[in-house]
Amino acid sequence: MNKYTEDDLKKELETKEYAYGFYTDIEADKFLAGLNEDVVRAISKKKNEPEWMTDWRLEAYRIWEKMEEPEWANVKYTKPKFNEISYYSAPKQKPKLDSLDEVDPELLETFKKLGISLDEQKRLSNVAVDIVMDSVSVATTFKKTLGEKGIIFCPISEAIQEHPELVKKYLGSVVPKTDNFYAALNSAVFSDGSFCYIPKGVKCPMELSTYFRINEGGTGQFERTLVIADAGSYVSYLEGCTAPQRDENQLHAAVVELIALDDAEIKYSTVQNWYPGDKEGKGGVFNFVTKRGLCETNAKISWTQVETGSAITWKYPSCILKGDNSVGEFYSIAVTNHHQQADTGTKMIHIGKNTKSTIISKGISAGKSQNSYRGLVRIGSKAENARNFSQCDSLLMGNNCGAHTFPYIEVKNKSAQIEHEATTSKIGEDQVFYCNQRGIPTEKAIALIVNGFSKDVLNKLPMEFAVEAQKLLEISLEGSVG
Amino acid sequence: MLSIKNLHAGLENKEILRGIDLEIKAGEIHAIMGPNGSGKSTLSSVIAGNETYEVTQGEILFENESIMGFSPEERAHKGVFLSFQYPIEIPGVTVTNFIKTAINETRKSKGLEDMPAKDLLKLIREKAALLEIDRNFLSRSLNEGFSGGEKKRNEIFQMAMLEPKLAILDETDSGLDIDALKIVANGVNKLKNENNAVLVITHYQRLLDYIVPDFVHVLHNGKIVKSGGKELAFELEEKGYDWLK
Repeated sequence: MNKYTEDDLKKELETKEYAYGFYTDIEADKFLAGLNEDVVRAISKKKNEPEWMTDWRLEAYRIWEKMEEPEWANVKYTKPKFNEISYYSAPKQKPKLDSLDEVDPELLETFKKLGISLDEQKRLSNVAVDIVMDSVSVATTFKKTLGEKGIIFCPISEAIQEHPELVKKYLGSVVPKTDNFYAALNSAVFSDGSFCYIPKGVKCPMELSTYFRINEGGTGQFERTLVIADAGSYVSYLEGCTAPQRDENQLHAAVVELIALDDAEIKYSTVQNWYPGDKEGKGGVFNFVTKRGLCETNAKISWTQVETGSAITWKYPSCILKGDNSVGEFYSIAVTNHHQQADTGTKMIHIGKNTKSTIISKGISAGKSQNSYRGLVRIGSKAENARNFSQCDSLLMGNNCGAHTFPYIEVKNKSAQIEHEATTSKIGEDQVFYCNQRGIPTEKAIALIVNGFSKDVLNKLPMEFAVEAQKLLEISLEGSVG
Repeated sequence: MLSIKNLHAGLENKEILRGIDLEIKAGEIHAIMGPNGSGKSTLSSVIAGNETYEVTQGEILFENESIMGFSPEERAHKGVFLSFQYPIEIPGVTVTNFIKTAINETRKSKGLEDMPAKDLLKLIREKAALLEIDRNFLSRSLNEGFSGGEKKRNEIFQMAMLEPKLAILDETDSGLDIDALKIVANGVNKLKNENNAVLVITHYQRLLDYIVPDFVHVLHNGKIVKSGGKELAFELEEKGYDWLK
């Protein structure tokens, strides 16, 4: 066992406060509903895109048109009507409010629980703030630091204009337009998203979201993210935030592509807290995401996700371990409560020799929710000495929820070593009573038990994100006992 | 401090406690002894407020206030501590984190701020030394993979940290070897003062060599059938329980 020093003890005793970031809410200047080639062209034109990009979108649209919506996931919902969706919205500022009294009290209550400062609350709910936030200067400092290192970090629409050679080369290289129904749709109509390029040998000096969260205005319905880590570089990227995100758009279909060239490392962390619908299961966001990373020789990609929101989640952050000695990791906490449904997991595709993958999935189900882990481990015929370790743990609260595990293993090389462990447990009354007897009320006791259960994954998150995520787990499961 | 009057309680229509009367004053150590199935653990659970048991009659007063309507955590906040016979495992939650949560929730109930990390650290260091607890122990998952002795020592460590007014030690000696027993008993004795009280629940007289009671009560069939001084424990050790039935 590692030595537990006084410093470790101190660290554990510290209660770190953190200022929460947030996307600014946007109101839309919308296109008419419906999708056809003209709409795709119009989107491209609005964004002033070069012809190659317009053609790329059109090709994706033609592929999508011929595709069927997938039905294999363990979720039930009414399919979105694609002709009733508006596919372009330009960000427009919401009217400024004069005081917090005008803000939805439920939202304020959540802010309070997350420990968000009054000033921050005002900013998040678009109330005019007297003091000029220092975020502008912070963002400028970040920009300067990143620029000095040659790091490109900008909206993808800007990258299409400014760095077409990189976008042309890598966009769709990991998630092709033909990949699946939602990826094809996203390729045709993606609104915006982020682009990131880390040059050879550069270690990105900061967590990229910090910048992102301060600087980026709004998040779209069809986000597109492209992260390229050139040879020997390193980047840690954070996406999403813990504050609840309400959105008028029911369907969200994002695509994230990561490319880790030789000896590069990408750490991609997500906290997803989209509106899950009300307690009766009405409303809520459908989150159909395609996330995939490609590892060249000796490269490493780690996906860490905390999924607490959305009515329906359909998401499998995956790694293609193409290069020899490359490493893929997937750490996930998925919480479902009330009527939420999540079908999430990963794919680890071993192609190169001595490739290694680790999967740790923690599913927590409460209320009447359904939580499924779906994972594929594929060892190709040339993947000598490939290794995989998978651990899928489920925690159930109450008798009306469900936990499901769908592991798929395909091995075409005899030297492969694969381990799969799975457990299912329930929060016991005796555990809760024990905590109660020590003065810990039931809701707090559940949070403690859940955090303990999720610890292996929470530990993989950057420190300040982990603290937020812990609080978020607590809030997500509120009202699930009793 | 604790006053139990004609307490009847049971489980699913089966009466286990059939009229218990017990008075414990500040500064006293009481021992309840009795054969298996006499209702010892039920009594400790009912005092702590475990809702698995149904109280059908009688009353429990703590510091002259009825605690019958209080939740287990409210009783804990008032100063009732139960050292469990079988402490529960909570995977992934360290001993330190657990006790920090317990202390801060108790403070919160009294309208106090969280204990500053510096003070908590000092307190942990002090109490860990008292019970000869190794620093590594504090970083382990609560009771997970603990030996019987470690679990019991952890219970007493929590008691030391929470400084309850009334500590109920339910079969704390079971699973302890003689050295561990001495350390645990020594810890309890050091924590004892004129403002708090201890209720020791035990099957054997062994623990009472180290935690010396002022009063001994014999529980049989859900009733206290005999009460006396510490010499009663020796008598029981010698003669067994049969002569009291």
